[in-house]
Amino acid sequence: MTAAELPRWLEILISGLLLLGGLTAVLGALGLVRFRTFFTRLHAPTKTSTLGIGGVLLGSIVYLSWISEMAVIHQVLIAMFVFLTAPISAHQMAKAMLDANPDMRPPLPGNTETDSPRRETARAGDQAGTGSDRRSQH
Amino acid sequence: MIGMAISIALLLFAVAMLLAAWRLLQGPDILDRVLALETLYTNAIAVVILLGLKFATQLYFEAALLMAMLGFIGTVVTARFVGRGDVIDHD
Repeated sequence: MTAAELPRWLEILISGLLLLGGLTAVLGALGLVRFRTFFTRLHAPTKTSTLGIGGVLLGSIVYLSWISEMAVIHQVLIAMFVFLTAPISAHQMAKAMLDANPDMRPPLPGNTETDSPRRETARAGDQAGTGSDRRSQH
Repeated sequence: MIGMAISIALLLFAVAMLLAAWRLLQGPDILDRVLALETLYTNAIAVVILLGLKFATQLYFEAALLMAMLGFIGTVVTARFVGRGDVIDHD
């Protein structure tokens, strides 16, 4: 490691990015442990997958690009993949939780007399398993 | 200074993985455990990248990319299987 060739401000920048990633990961995991309901717990670790991974990857991009004296950007591939897939998996988990217990779904705003979502999901919950009309809703 | 920062960041990610493992063992619902597993693999990607920085080798980045892809597929498949009973829609 040729850490002696690094200028001081770049050392501080890289260390700050790595420590920011680590602190964000600890905060996300702390939220995963401490929050009470599933949906608040779903919210917390997304900070890990954006700011935590992003900080570590940005720090490694700056560090490796400086010590190898060329632009090392294949960490961008990992960052792009994680940033693209984290909302999809969170959405799938939230949808699975709402499908498993439909009474957790909050009512829609507006005209609750004619199209109450609570009634629809209760009816779909009776036919859970076959679920042909529910599949056409999605 | 950079080596010390890498070590401290590795320690912080290890603490985060311990907390997520507590939720994995404790979680009241199956989806809590799926969420804890997703947090674990996200932290493990960062740990692998930090180890690649520490050992100054490029070999670890392919491992991190593979972990990102396989972890995403595992999370989505498990969530769909728990939520609706099958993974792929067939009519």
